[in-house]
Amino acid sequence: MVAKKLSPLGDGPDWSFTLLEQYETEIDRVAKYYDLDTYPNQIEIITAEQMMDAYASIGMPINYTHWSYGKKFIQTEQNYRRGQMGLAYEIVINSSPCISYLMEENTITMQALVIAHACYGHNSFFKNNYLFKTWTDAESIIDYLLFAKNYITKCEQKHGISEVENIMDSCHALMNFGVDRYKRPQKISMQEERERQQDRENYLQSQVNDLWRTLPNVQSKGSDQKVLFPSEPQENLLYFVEKNAPLLEPWQREIVRIVRKISQYFYPQKQTQVMNEGWACFWHYHILNHLFDEGKVTNSFIMEFLHNHTNVVAQPEYNSPYYSGINPYALGFNMFMDIKRVCQHPTEEDKYWLPDIAGANWLETVHFAMKNFKDESFIGQFLSPKIIRDFKLFAVEDDEKKPLLNISAIHDNEGYQAIREKLSAQYNLSNIEPNIQVYSVDASGDRSLTLRYIPQNGIPLAQSHVEVLRHLHRLWGFTVKLEEIKENGNPILLASC
Amino acid sequence: MAHFIDRRLNSKGKSTVNRQRFLRRYKEQIKKAVAESINKRSVTDIDSGEQISIPKRDISEPMFHTAKGGKRETVHPGNDQFHRGDKVERPQQGAGQDSGEGNASDSGEGEDEFTFKISKDEYLDLLFEDLSLPNLQKNQFDKLIEYQTYRAGYVSDGVPGNLDVVRSLKGSVARRIALTTGKKKELKALQARLAELLSDTVDHQLEIIELQKQIDDLEKRIARVPFIDTFDLRFRNYEKRPLPTSKAVMFCMMDVSGSMDQATKDIAKRFYILLYLFLTRTYKNVEVIYIRHHTEAKELDEHEFFYSQESGGTIVSSALKLMQEIVAERFPSNEWNIYAAQASDGDNWTNDCATCNQILQENLLPIARYFVYIEITEREHQTLWNEYQKLAEIHDNFVIKHIRKIADIYPVFRELFDKSADKQTGAA
Repeated sequence: MVAKKLSPLGDGPDWSFTLLEQYETEIDRVAKYYDLDTYPNQIEIITAEQMMDAYASIGMPINYTHWSYGKKFIQTEQNYRRGQMGLAYEIVINSSPCISYLMEENTITMQALVIAHACYGHNSFFKNNYLFKTWTDAESIIDYLLFAKNYITKCEQKHGISEVENIMDSCHALMNFGVDRYKRPQKISMQEERERQQDRENYLQSQVNDLWRTLPNVQSKGSDQKVLFPSEPQENLLYFVEKNAPLLEPWQREIVRIVRKISQYFYPQKQTQVMNEGWACFWHYHILNHLFDEGKVTNSFIMEFLHNHTNVVAQPEYNSPYYSGINPYALGFNMFMDIKRVCQHPTEEDKYWLPDIAGANWLETVHFAMKNFKDESFIGQFLSPKIIRDFKLFAVEDDEKKPLLNISAIHDNEGYQAIREKLSAQYNLSNIEPNIQVYSVDASGDRSLTLRYIPQNGIPLAQSHVEVLRHLHRLWGFTVKLEEIKENGNPILLASC
Repeated sequence: MAHFIDRRLNSKGKSTVNRQRFLRRYKEQIKKAVAESINKRSVTDIDSGEQISIPKRDISEPMFHTAKGGKRETVHPGNDQFHRGDKVERPQQGAGQDSGEGNASDSGEGEDEFTFKISKDEYLDLLFEDLSLPNLQKNQFDKLIEYQTYRAGYVSDGVPGNLDVVRSLKGSVARRIALTTGKKKELKALQARLAELLSDTVDHQLEIIELQKQIDDLEKRIARVPFIDTFDLRFRNYEKRPLPTSKAVMFCMMDVSGSMDQATKDIAKRFYILLYLFLTRTYKNVEVIYIRHHTEAKELDEHEFFYSQESGGTIVSSALKLMQEIVAERFPSNEWNIYAAQASDGDNWTNDCATCNQILQENLLPIARYFVYIEITEREHQTLWNEYQKLAEIHDNFVIKHIRKIADIYPVFRELFDKSADKQTGAA
């Protein structure tokens, strides 16, 4: 098991399980040296075909069946076969034990890179970042998915595939609006989930009926005061539907809930892409270099590693044909490297821009940054002028009303603060996703549901909202309206269904 | 400490169910694509799957998202020329500068068609869904003609060539053990007794003689058990089992007289493709014989059959006669399932129709599983149709259909082989 102290580990290129274990032991040792706190690792070797399977079911080892995953699979397969796209080297799941998939065709160098990247980088991020800690429960997710899969299979047997599929389609259409952005959900285990599911069925149904049974009494009808339901606008559309849709059957409510829960589980991943990837790259880079410094890995190993690493963290420029936005790996990796630099060798500029961390202990600082931020706040806090210069960042203002684009800030003294703010805003999910909330239900009238879209900077809603409303109508059962609040504060009707 | 698991041997078809769900959901679209695709194929080209295209908008998953417009700011890397306050033209759609954020398409590819490949089996399943082979039932029970010899255990009687030595010796050993064990035990006891007496100081002459005699007797009896007996012999047994024949021959007959133009032939070709595909679903070997005729019939290869033009009058019976000859010569009806499809525009020399009727009635219909006549014409029916109609009323395995245009083919084909229609025509 224990590798001989002086001779380096084999550098393949082929891997074997013994060799993998040796590397894993070494990586584990170095990771502990750098205080990486992880869930236990479960590393699974899979084939390319299985990797495509995993892709199709949003990376989860188990998931309910739905045609859209079939579509995804076919798409992935087509692209892969045509050579338009390589498969990822790994997939890692936020669960405990943390499951990572390694592809069998990787060389030993790649496997080591992936182990350091996924099994220690991502894994420690999952375990320690505040968003993941608050919103996801790594212990129970696999159990929950199993519960969901079985429950949906049961529903299909009982009510028919098409019935279930209709509900699922509608829920998927609203999936992005099935998350609580601020309220914290409670953790729950599979056992409890199953028990509570039964109770919930009965209880919820009675609750819903209660809402509709309450008729306004004659006296209050005379007064102009209109009681709004819900009393405050609701951002979680699926939650609102689950609790209040009048006509849903208990099993349909449960399906709404399942989709909502899974959406919530993935919500932190969307908010921490840059950080998560940056953190993982930062650590595979450090761990493997550490092993090289110790003489544990060979020259050819480190060359192959650096070659791959460089490809991963490359950032094409805006006018390159390969450009497709900012590469989260590149930005994240460079920002963490920069934090380390600022801690170790701060310049005057750094002391001005990042006074809190200039000269601090770098290891503590990167851990602090990883634990307590999401992309938006991470960039807002740590994007240094040096990174802005290195990336040559510039901001473009695209105002529909003006004929030309305006370059609003570049990588110069006046621009640093603006770029920081703008880039930070670019990773703010509430800027990216349209702001749509449940505004009211006409409880005493035709039971119609009104949603309100509040545009930011006059950005309109895409035409697909008509389709989505149809889905919402299926869940709600009565008329559904979508209003847009115009600049003067007045709502206009966008669509109704 | 990490835990390594080798999952490579696990099944890989984890997404198969999802894939099937997808196919199920878009069956209508896929079926349409499948039906269109047969027009492009050669009659015997069935080994490939099919490329299916579905318009992207049909399979989109709608979500709320923002559209272009309004005012937005994006940050890009790699500034090489801009200063603050610069005004630049909006880049053309699709140029690198456009950020993905406001992009309305649900996936980055932006293709209009969602294209994917279905396997051969999926293709054929979709193509022939709800169809069943006419008279298949009859076939499998009435015409069990082929026999296959197979090993079926051992028997105690047989020809020396089939003797199984190992099996026979096994029997011999068993028999010998069974017949001698008791005696050997007895012998052992006697020998022990003898040794005892011999070593005894007292003389036991008489007893020893008696014992010796008994021992000799026993030894003789043991020796008499034969090493091998006819009882031990085992012979390998072979039996014959009837096999439903998996061979089928399909006759494509077509009129190539002057009145048949290329478009009409194309329609016929498509019909033959369908029939061929259909037969290969049921039979392992399907032979195709192409017969074309004007005033006389000729057997040809596929290319000539479809693409050479000849002119002249029309004598349909010549093709029927040729088919009859070929069957007699090469495809004995007790070994082959015979299918025939005849395509014509309905023209025939009037006096010939009665002959056709007679050949079919007496020679072909009794041996054919199915004989289908399609008339491809936009005109009124003529004598041949009328003559055939009479036949169709009497015979279950003779069907006539009328095709006017290309779009009719598939529906007509389905109608011909429809499961329910099958019952109706009284397949049993």
